[in-house]
Amino acid sequence: MKNGQLITIKELVKDYPVGKGYFRALEDINLTIGEGEFAGLVGPSGSGKTTLLNIVGSLDVPTKGEVNVLGQSIGSLNARQSANLRNHSLGFIFQTYNLLPVYNVFENVELPLLLLKMEKDKRRELVDQALEWVGLQDKRKSRPAQLSGGECQRVSIARAMVKSPKIVLADEPTANLDAKNSHNILQTMEKLNQELKTTFIFATHDDKVIQYLHRKISLDDGRVVNDEQIIKE
Amino acid sequence: MITFIIKGLIRDHHRSLFPIIMVTIGVFITVFFQAFMGGFLTDMIDSTARFSSGHVKIMSRAYAENSDQVPNDLALTGVNELMTKLKQEYPDMTWVKRIQFGGLLDIPDENGETRSQATVAGLGVDLLSPGSTEIKTMNIAKSVKSGRMPQSPCEVLVSNDMAQRLGINLGESATLISSSMYGSLAISNFTVVGTIHFGIEMMDRGAMIVDVADIQQVLNMENAAGEILGYLPDGVYNDEKSQMIANKFNQKYADSVDEFAPVMGTLKEISNLSDYLDLANNMAATIAFIFVIIMSIVLWNAGLLGGLRRYGEVGVRLAIGEHKRHIYLSLIYESICIGLVGTVIGTALGLTAGYFMQKYGLDFSSTMKNINMMIPLVFKAKITPVTFYIGFFPGLLSTTLGTALAGIGIYKRQTASLFKELET
Repeated sequence: MKNGQLITIKELVKDYPVGKGYFRALEDINLTIGEGEFAGLVGPSGSGKTTLLNIVGSLDVPTKGEVNVLGQSIGSLNARQSANLRNHSLGFIFQTYNLLPVYNVFENVELPLLLLKMEKDKRRELVDQALEWVGLQDKRKSRPAQLSGGECQRVSIARAMVKSPKIVLADEPTANLDAKNSHNILQTMEKLNQELKTTFIFATHDDKVIQYLHRKISLDDGRVVNDEQIIKE
Repeated sequence: MITFIIKGLIRDHHRSLFPIIMVTIGVFITVFFQAFMGGFLTDMIDSTARFSSGHVKIMSRAYAENSDQVPNDLALTGVNELMTKLKQEYPDMTWVKRIQFGGLLDIPDENGETRSQATVAGLGVDLLSPGSTEIKTMNIAKSVKSGRMPQSPCEVLVSNDMAQRLGINLGESATLISSSMYGSLAISNFTVVGTIHFGIEMMDRGAMIVDVADIQQVLNMENAAGEILGYLPDGVYNDEKSQMIANKFNQKYADSVDEFAPVMGTLKEISNLSDYLDLANNMAATIAFIFVIIMSIVLWNAGLLGGLRRYGEVGVRLAIGEHKRHIYLSLIYESICIGLVGTVIGTALGLTAGYFMQKYGLDFSSTMKNINMMIPLVFKAKITPVTFYIGFFPGLLSTTLGTALAGIGIYKRQTASLFKELET
């Protein structure tokens, strides 16, 4: 990692086998993403946003090129090392929240810390802190079925943030939310980005998300067609 | 993490209740069936030993070859000397002589003319000697339905069914017409002092129980007997031990060419119960194995269905960095918890049902009117130490095996498609 660069991508190519040939999902991607960025991968469906998010999130490997996340080369990690990277340093926010329905809010947020084998008192402290960040202290005993969509996504953010990861990856986080809840969620994430210097990377084509981005990386047909910093007033 | 898993299990009934019910039912059937079959086979073996074969039986070679005809003309002679030797050589064992005989039982009217008559399958046992073990072995005293036990020579018991059929009143005289050891006609009068009901159809159909000394006299069998039965000290048949005793005994007469030389056989050899005995010995393992296979398949399918329900959960856990092996093991832990709970409940239910079956039994007497086997008419279960733990094999093994098979899918799951899968 140089000069606060958390992610370095050089000449990335990703192919998927299709029949006897292959489909090129990403081609010649070169990017660097630094600490505390609030960046978005923007583009239409099939442009390669989620594929790129997958590779950065160590859920998939590049076909060619080099992807370095937090000093680790994604292509050379085995399954266990990939899982360790995700477990310790990456947070994920999904479009459909994916909370575990039989566990309450506290327990859902606590899960990543259990995997880190953290002490009970420390876990409690961190979960309470994460719930405070997203404003859900009073819902800690509620089950996901008792929450609104916006609240569920805030729990999902708390789950991603509770272990204070360096990078949070969010795939279409507002796709299932109405405008008001979308803004609430995005404001929450923006606040966490500013206060904790956590890097957020979105995959989105939602204008509501795009207006919050500080950096917009546009993809089309698997290539970066534009990469612009957005100056906020 | 264990607490986390248990919380999930308790709250998610689909994950716990259905599998627990499955395991409980399977374990209940296993435990109850083992107790029932164990009891049935033990009763049958025990009845055969007590009434017919002993744990080992000595006959003459010629008698043994035709034993189904009960040929008393080929009976063992010199039995008193032989029994003395046996008691010296095997002091812990119980040795008794018996004479099986057939004949016609004639009930006269007040003029001495035949009022009624029937064929009888008689058994001469030691009823009158002080210290005789036969009354206890055959449970004779407790099986007396009416009247009393014979207390002096020429007093007999007849089966309750036959007494009713022939209209025999207690204290009446009955004449036995049979054939002596030497083939001549043997006729003797007895007094019926009681009726008996053993609960074994073959014995209850036309039995006559007479003191062995009386029948020796009637059939000219002084110092002779059809059979000498031996019982192991603890009263429980042990094939290995019995076989050893029989081999040792038979070796002594191996060189003899006398067809009246004694030969010893074990219950397993004599009673044609070898298959049943093998079955009884392998019963626990057989039942457990069958249920492990059946329940594993059922629970494998239940695990697959559960896996579909929890597809999202497993996906999230993989995405946030839980190792596949850890998820797989956590599912195995869950299945062990489910298996343990189901097994404990199933075993408790099986033991309860087995206990009542052991105490009261099932009466099959109406369906076994003409059966020729030493089968008790009331089938009872028998709870043994095995009954307490046999359910744990199918209960734990099948849940674990079922989950292990169903959980293999976790290893096949591609993390690259998690985002897409979790967005649907």
